[in-house]
Order: sequence, then structure tokens, then C-alpha cells
Amino acid sequence: MTSSTTTAGVQSGGSNSPPAAIELKGISKAFGLVQANKDVSIKVEAGSIHGIVGENGAGKSTLMSILYGFYEADEGTIHIDGNKVEIKNSNDAIAAGIGMVHQHFMLVDTFTVLENVMMGAESGALLRDSVVAARRELERLEKEYALHVDPDALASDLPVGQLQRVEILKALYRGARILILDEPTGVLTPQETDQLFRILGALKDQGVTIILITHKLREIMDVTDNVEVMRHGKMVAHRVTAETSKEELAELMVGRKMRTDLQKQDAKPGDVALVVENLTVRDGYGIAKVDNVSFEVKAGEIVGVAGVSGNGQSELLEALSGITPIDDGRIIYDGTDITPSRPTDPAAVRHMSVGHVPEDRQRLGMITNFEAWESSILGHQRSPEFQKGLFLDPHTVKTHCKSLMEQFDVRPPTPDIKSANFSGGNQQKLILAREIERNPKVLLVGQPTRGVDIGAIEFIHRQLVELRDKGGAVLLISVELDEVMTLADRILVMFEGRIVAQVAGDKADERMLGLMMANAMTDENSNEVSA
Amino acid sequence: MEDAFVFITLTANATVRVATPLILCAMAGLFSERSGIIDISLEGKMLGGAFIAASVAYTQDSAWLGLFAAMAFSTGLALLHGFACITHKGNQVVSGVAINMLMSGLTVVLGIAWFKRGGQTPGVTPEGRFLPVQLPFAEALENVPVIGTLYSGFLSGHNILVYLAFLAVPATWWIVYRTRFGLRLRAVGENPNAVDTAGISVSWLRFRAVMMCGMLTGIAGTYLSIAQNASFVREMSAGQGYIALAAMIFGKWRPLPAMLACLMFGLLDAIAIRLQGVVLPGIGEVPVQLIQALPYVLTVVLLAGFIGKAVAPKAVGIPYVKER
Amino acid sequence: MSASPVKPLPRWIDVGLIPVLNILMALFVSGLIIFAIGEDPWEAVKIMAYGALGFDEGIGYTLYYTTNFIFTGLAVAVAFHTGLFNIGGEGQAYIGGLGVGLFLLAFDTAMPIWLLLPLGIVVAGLFGAAWAAVPAYLQAYRGSHIVITTIMFNFIAAALMVYLMVNILIKPGQMSPQSVTFDKQSHLPFMSDVFGWFGMEIARTPLNITVFWAIICCFGLWAFIWRTKWGYETRAVGYNERAAVYGGVDPKRTIMIAMFISGGLAGFVGLNEIMGVHHKLLLNFTAGYGFTGIAVSLMGRNHPVGIVLASLLFGILYQGGAELAFEMPSITREMVVTIQGLVILFSGALAYMSVPWVSKIYNYLAADKPVAVEGEA
Repeated sequence: MTSSTTTAGVQSGGSNSPPAAIELKGISKAFGLVQANKDVSIKVEAGSIHGIVGENGAGKSTLMSILYGFYEADEGTIHIDGNKVEIKNSNDAIAAGIGMVHQHFMLVDTFTVLENVMMGAESGALLRDSVVAARRELERLEKEYALHVDPDALASDLPVGQLQRVEILKALYRGARILILDEPTGVLTPQETDQLFRILGALKDQGVTIILITHKLREIMDVTDNVEVMRHGKMVAHRVTAETSKEELAELMVGRKMRTDLQKQDAKPGDVALVVENLTVRDGYGIAKVDNVSFEVKAGEIVGVAGVSGNGQSELLEALSGITPIDDGRIIYDGTDITPSRPTDPAAVRHMSVGHVPEDRQRLGMITNFEAWESSILGHQRSPEFQKGLFLDPHTVKTHCKSLMEQFDVRPPTPDIKSANFSGGNQQKLILAREIERNPKVLLVGQPTRGVDIGAIEFIHRQLVELRDKGGAVLLISVELDEVMTLADRILVMFEGRIVAQVAGDKADERMLGLMMANAMTDENSNEVSA
Repeated sequence: MEDAFVFITLTANATVRVATPLILCAMAGLFSERSGIIDISLEGKMLGGAFIAASVAYTQDSAWLGLFAAMAFSTGLALLHGFACITHKGNQVVSGVAINMLMSGLTVVLGIAWFKRGGQTPGVTPEGRFLPVQLPFAEALENVPVIGTLYSGFLSGHNILVYLAFLAVPATWWIVYRTRFGLRLRAVGENPNAVDTAGISVSWLRFRAVMMCGMLTGIAGTYLSIAQNASFVREMSAGQGYIALAAMIFGKWRPLPAMLACLMFGLLDAIAIRLQGVVLPGIGEVPVQLIQALPYVLTVVLLAGFIGKAVAPKAVGIPYVKER
Repeated sequence: MSASPVKPLPRWIDVGLIPVLNILMALFVSGLIIFAIGEDPWEAVKIMAYGALGFDEGIGYTLYYTTNFIFTGLAVAVAFHTGLFNIGGEGQAYIGGLGVGLFLLAFDTAMPIWLLLPLGIVVAGLFGAAWAAVPAYLQAYRGSHIVITTIMFNFIAAALMVYLMVNILIKPGQMSPQSVTFDKQSHLPFMSDVFGWFGMEIARTPLNITVFWAIICCFGLWAFIWRTKWGYETRAVGYNERAAVYGGVDPKRTIMIAMFISGGLAGFVGLNEIMGVHHKLLLNFTAGYGFTGIAVSLMGRNHPVGIVLASLLFGILYQGGAELAFEMPSITREMVVTIQGLVILFSGALAYMSVPWVSKIYNYLAADKPVAVEGEA
């Protein structure tokens, strides 16, 4: 068995054990002033599943980018099967047997599975030969690893789980013996995740070495043999998975004991603030992304919508905030109806005292090229309080922005800095400040803590609870189950555009929610559900 | 009946003559845009190519040398565009406009400096032109009814660049859909990240696409100055580069539909010329300026998308930056 | 080996040095071209500088050109701010002038000049805006590429003007396609007239009081873009349309408004030319001003201050170029067009080409001094 080591960076593999499949020694990489990796050393045994955990910004992605040839390390060496290798670009990595499955798929939508697998690894200048060879190889891979995909399906038609398999096939097609998976389960249900892990298990049995990068500790515990913990660019711990726990790993990731429970009082729901009745929203192809959804949110409660991303939550948010028109049904805010024949727009919705913290802060919630004070009035640029005659009064706006920044702990509290120059957490806090400060009757929130560091997460969660306690109605949409379970008084589960289950916040657990998210609740396992 | 055939043949010939530079430019634009690089400068490359072709054909008394020089020059301009857009990730539309303006001025500046004729190049001799060629058996078949008129009067008798233009269409199709280069080309226009992670250089792929664009526009320019005419005249491209771009968009970035769109422009032009001086009932004589403006109006109509909506390659116009 | 930390470039380099470097590169290549055609670039520069600034008539002409470039530069700038490239300044200026001409043909004796002028401004602006309206609409509502449509509209404007001038508006009994001259009282005073009122004598040039309107437009546009909610929304759409929609902005309306303003500004060239200079309708009075506006806007980084400076530079190039054509017959108006193209290339597409090595030099020079420790990023 592998020799166990418990201190960071020290490897004690004796000279009798076979060389590690990958060994990184003393890798350092800086981007300008930011030290992304500092003296990182890892040893991964062949045929094992090795996890790397860390918060956002801990340096995991940079490390893997170095391994895959996107960047070159400033210092340090890489060894494959005991031999030192130079990885200057993706070709070197592929030649060294490294394959990477990225977080955001590297596929061409308009190509078939076959074309996607072939592209870049063709057998010759003419495609005809490549097609034949690729088909044969795909068949072989399918048999060997139980990776079933239709080679002639268009990538744009495939569901996410299948797309990920195509990514794995791409790596295997190029002869990868070392597979790196970067946050692979963000878009999968717990059940699809299990399927993925079964495939990884099959690969492991065939001697493939797997490196799993994730921030989901449950998965680390479930499937890995060893785990490395990274923090602030350094490797801070190495554990054998069987000998550690989620709590210990979390503590190592953050560097201090984590508060896992947000203290909150019971909700005191008041009048209904938002009604959604038979809401249907279709996409450009006529497919219902939100399918006959009905629910309500009362003042003074947080309703959480759980579900794997891609099941209609984004479309729901965009319809509720007025960005997308609805195709059927009704949305009622405080007495005002929104229907297909009476459409609305974000300005009107905002006017009805509805705040919206969007899922993608950089693409939607702020304008990165604007200075912070300008971003701080996005959506309220026509508000009379900011005008002086025909003109916008920068003095008033900046004063207002500074006060927002101070109240919501945005660092640095300087309104003149460009929005792009704030960290993710601070950007999110500014957007939250902008939306909450007006004391909206309804607050729509999507993925409020994506890409936000732990300290800011606690702050943001507290702000949401405070708004609830002041009587706000909060609709929280998040793919992070922990977040939903912590914050929500009531939990709705979305699957393929429909609400498939409703649970009281204190009665939900992960397993049950996971089953609901995959719409796999049967009578047997639905005993714990209270509608 | 015979008259009708003659009319059709004449119109068909006129259509083909006008469509040729458009087809070449449309194929050129296709390569560039499929790889993700917007190319507004088809116009400028064609104009520059026309000038160089005429100048070299005149001084060297050789049409072929003129052709190669034009192709080299236009490819050079394409590399400049690539340098700005690919290497330096500059704004592709701005770069295109810059090249057009640069060529607009430079062709006349050099023309005056070299030939002192106010911007026009001296007329080339027959050796310096691409003259109509007869296909084999054209003379023999001349009098055969229908087939003869079709073959001798229409298919045969064009200069070689016309045939080259029409050959370029299936050639483009084959390259884009049947070769490794084409597969990668299409990939890099939709998702350059996918190409990069497969270990292929996005830049080199795009540069090659842009060079193909340059070569084809060089041929188009050569056609303008020493095939269709006998010298270079200032601004002789007259917006055809933009029209070709519109045809390519209308053809949804695919070779055959783009060619058909170009033929449509050619047909319109041929008919419009016939309308000159003709008195239409209720309208009176058709003003010559209206006929001149017709291709431009049609371009706008095409782009307005009343005849179908066009979806560009997903990554077109966005400089590729590696994501961290 | 440790990489020394790279500091972001200070503002004066970003806004001052880099643009100047870009222009110098454009001028350098222009000089090479002049050299290549057998002339002496330094001699050319001297002739141009004198021709543009060396005597009052030259200065007058330079400022007259500058006036037009300010209008077209502002026009391109406002469109850029909303993310669009308006290449149609030429056509919009042409039609703006047409509007002024029609207005004056009808009303040149009907009103006093102090009424004719503001109405003339309105007419020029409206006609220019109208010519931008169709491409704007097609871009906003049908996604048609505005670069191509505005270029097409330039061609269409030219054809339209020829038709109108030759067939309808031509002064009876003359060959050249020009209209009758407007009544004297509708002519805008030349600056030489204005100076005359104060007892000073300067040479008569086309420079007229329209130049004041150009300056007013600069202030107006600055305030609009950076100090009003409409300008806020315009820039929001230009930077990030989706976020703008989130922020309650209607991108289609914003694009339309920006393009109206853009077309209107270009139309003011027509005001200058028809009401201020020629006092009759004629062909080709836009003379490439629309295209120069593109170079001016890019060079001036879409900001009124930069635009005024860039307009001055191009005014010098135009007037100096005219003088140069006398002295060096081999260099014509097209040389200025070539320089324009190079300016657009270096200030637009290659705008950041020099940043890497400037950055290196700056960091090298700045590294000698003790550097304040940056907080952890």
C-alpha cells in the first residue's frame, strides 16, 4: 500500500516503490504581484485517485494549468514516471500522457461527438481516414470503460453529463494515462456524479492515474485515495483520505475552525409578496425552460430553490426580474400582474421594489469598465435623487456609493476605482449593497457566493437573513446545497424546469435533496418529505 | 426563340463577369470569418491587388506576373491585418477600415509617383491582360442549336480568372469540410479554447486562414484591373468588397449559397444595365443614378435579413485570450 | 530568477504617451512612403507646417478644416461609446447639407439671419440624423452590421445627390450641377468679417462662425456622455449590453438615440459648408471629412479634448497638404488619405502595440526608486 505521510510537502516514498505517476517538485508561479503557487510539491501514485482541495484562489487551477502546459512554472520541476519532463505547451502535456477535463467544456457546439474527439488528433490531412480510425477507437473505449455516447450526435443536442463523457473520451483518445478533472461535478446531479465516479473507478482499475480538483469535500471523502490541501498558493497538508474527515479538511482549507451554522431565528412570514402562477418560459427553440411553475414567497421568509445548474433556475430568475418575457402564466408583485400580454422590463420590475442580485455578477450585475460609483447606481441611473437638473450629479452618487461601501464592508471603500479592480467578493458585496439598501419588498438572488471567499460568504449570508428579518421576501437560487439548506426557510427543488418537490428548511437533508434534484424520489424514499 | 436564347446568353455572360470578383472575395471572407477574424478589408485588399497587378503587368508585360504580384501584395495586407488582430488582439473592424483607407490613398499616391497619370496606370498590352479563352471544341460546336449556344456562347469565352473563381467555390468547400485544416478552421471560429487545449496553435491557424483570404482577394483585384479591364483606375473596386461580404453573410458563411448570392448581384447588375434609357410605364425613364445605387440598396436589403437570419461563427470578432 | 513586480502604467502614460507614440509611428511610416516616392519627408513637413500655421490665411483654412473634423470626430465618438462604428459620416454630412440647402432655397429671404441660423442647425442635424436612422434601425432591430450598411448609405447618398443636383436643383442655364446662390442675408459671417467688426484685419478664408458651434458641441457631447443618465446608458450598452438590460436600459432605443446624435453631428458639416462657406448646394462638399472623422475619433480616444487636438492635427495635414501639392506636385490629396489610414491603424487597431515595451522601460526606470510595498493582492 502507499506509505502514508502527514506533513506538508515531505514525501517518504522509498527507493523500492515504483516511481510516482506524477511528481511535482517545488513549483512556484507568480503573475505580477500575485504569487499563485509557492513551492508546491506533490507526489501522485500510479493508478490512484488523488484529490486537490482548496478555496477559490488557493492556486489549484494554476497548478493544473502548469501541468497541462498553459503556463510555465517560474521554478520547480515535473516528473512523469520518474523522468523529468518539460511541459511548455499542451502538446507536451498530451505527449506526456496527461489529459485534462476542464470545468468549462472545450467542445465545439456545431460539431458531432466524433468531430469533437477527432479535432486536433486527426490521422492525416484528409478527414476520411481520421473518421474511420476515430470510430474504431471510440468503440473500443466504450467497451473498455463503459463510456456510452452516440458518436454522431451533435454536441449542442447533448445533456451536460454526456458532454463531460465526450471530454473524457477526448483525453483517452489521445492516450492519456493521467487524467485531471477540474471541478467536474458542478453541473451534475448527485446521481450523475455517482455515475462519473464509477467511470473513474473503472479507469483506475485499468491503471489510469486520476487527479480530482474540487472544493466539495464530500466527493473527496467518497472517492479519493489521497488528498492535498492548498491554501494561498501553498500546499499546506497531505492526507490519506481514509485517515481524515471533512471537518479536518475544511479547517485546513480555511486555516481556522469554520462556523458551519449560521445562527438564525425562526422565520415570521407575513403577507404574500410574490406569486408565481403556471409560469412557463420558452427558449429560442420553443423548449420550455421553466415549465408550469407555481409558488409564492411571503414577506419575512427565505425561499430557496435548489437544483443542478441548467434546470431552469437562470431562466426563472431572468423572467422574474423582467429581463426575459414570459410565455404563459402569471407573475404577481404586490398586486401588479405580469403576463405574456402584459410584459414588463427590468426597469418596471425594479420600480415595484424588487431587487435582483444576478447569478453572474461580472456579466450582468455590474459594468466592469465603469468606476465603482457608476456601478453602484446600475438600475437606478434615472433616480431623481441622483440628478441635478438635466445632469447626473457625481458628488451625490459618490457620497452614496461610499456609504454603501462602508455599510457592506467593501474593500477598498473607494468609489473612484474601476469596478473590475475589486475582488470577486467585494464586487458581490457592492452589488448586494446596491440591491438591499433600498429595502426591497422582494429580493431575487442567484448564486450569491459563487467565487467569494469564506469571510465574505458569512457576511453575505448574514445580510440576507437580516433583510428577511426586516420583512423582506427573499428568493434564493443556488446550486450550493449547503447554502440553500443553511439559509432557506422553505426549499423548492427544480428539475427540468419544474418544481418537483417542496421541503421545509429544517427537515431537508442532502441525500433527500439530491434525489429530488434528480427527480428520483420514489414512494420508498419520500417518507421524510413534508410538503 | 433564337433571340430569347441570345438574350439569355448575353445576360448570363454579364452576370458571370460581374459576379467573378464578388465570388472570389466572398470565398476569401469565408476563410477569414470562419476562423473568427472579421474582415472588412476585402475592399482594400482587392483594390491594392488591382493596382499592383496592373502596375506589374504593365512594366513586365505579363499578366501572370501581375497576378502573382497581386496575390503576394494582398497576402501581405492580410498579414498586416493578422498582425493587428491576431498578434496584438486589436479591434478587427477598425483594422479593416484602416487598411481600406490606406489602400484608397496609397494606390493613387504610388500610381501618380510611378506613372504620373493622375492615379491611373497605363493600359496594358494583350500580354498584360487575361484575355478570353475558348474551351476545346467551342468553335466546332458553335452552330449546334441550344447546346452549342450554351457551350460556345456562354460556358466558353471567359478569361481564365473567371473559371478560377468558379473553381474556387468547390475547392473552398472541399478544404473547409473535407480536410484536417478545415475541421480545425471551423473549430477555431466557434470555440478557440477547444483548439488551444488540443495543443493546436490558434494564432497559426488564423494566420493561415487570413493568408488564404489574402490570396483570393489578390486574384479578385487582378481580375478587376487586367482581366475585366486593361488598367487600374482609382477606386475601381467601388464597394464590391463590401457587397461580397454581404453576399457571404447572406450565404450563411457557406461556399455554395454565398456564390449564389454573388450571382444574384451579377444578375441584378446585368438586368439594370439593360434598363438604362428604357422608359418604364408610369415611372418614366429610369435614372442612371438609381441603377448605379441598386447594388448598394440590395446589399442593405440583404443585410436587413428580411430574407432569413444569419448566424455567424460563434467566436467571430473576439480576439483570443487564454483564460486563466 | 525573480521577476520584478509589474506595476500598472500611470495615467499620464496611458492617456498621453501611448497615443502620442501611436501618432508618431503613423507619421514615421508616412514619412517612409514620402521618401519612397522620391520626395524629402523633412522638406514636406516644413512646407506643411508653414502652409498650415505660418500665415493668417493658412491658419484660417486649417481651422476651417478643423471645424468639420470636430463634427465628424464627435459623431464617430458618440457611436463608439455605444459600441457601434459609424462609417457613414460622409453620407450623413452630405444629406445634412442637402437639408440645409433645401431649407435655404425656400426660406433664405423669409427670415432674418438670427432665426435662420438656429433653424439651419436644427435642419442640418435632423437630415443627418435621418440618414443614420435606417442603418441604426437595422443594426438595433435586425442585427445588420452597421459598418456595411453605413458604407452603403454613403454610396446611396452620393447617387442621390447627383440625381437631385443634375435633374432638379440645378440652377437653370448653367452646366455645372450647382443650385442658385442663396440670398446674401442668409450667409453666415466669415471669421474675417467677425474680426473686421472689431477693427482687425485677417485674410478671408472659409473659416466662419460655425466653429463656435463646433466648440459648443464639444462641451455638449462631453456633458451628455459623462454627466447625464442617457450618456450613462449609452456607455453601459457599449461596454456590456446584457448588464445594461439588467440595469433597465433598452439597448435598441439607446442605439437609435446615439446614432441619431451621431448622424446629426455629422450633418453639421453640411451646415458649415452650405450655409457658411459655399452659400449654394453643390456636389462633393464633404470631401472625405466623414472618413477623417474616424481617424480623429480614434486618435482622440473618443473624448472631446482628444478630438479637438486630433482635429487640429488633421486640419494642419489637410491645409498643409494643399500647400504641399503646389510645391511637390507628386504628392496629392491622397497622401493625406494614406496618412489617415495609418493613423487609424496605429491609433485604433494597433493602439496597444507599444504598451509592452513602454511598460518594461517604465518599470526599469521606476525600479531604481524605493517602491512602496503593495498589499497582498
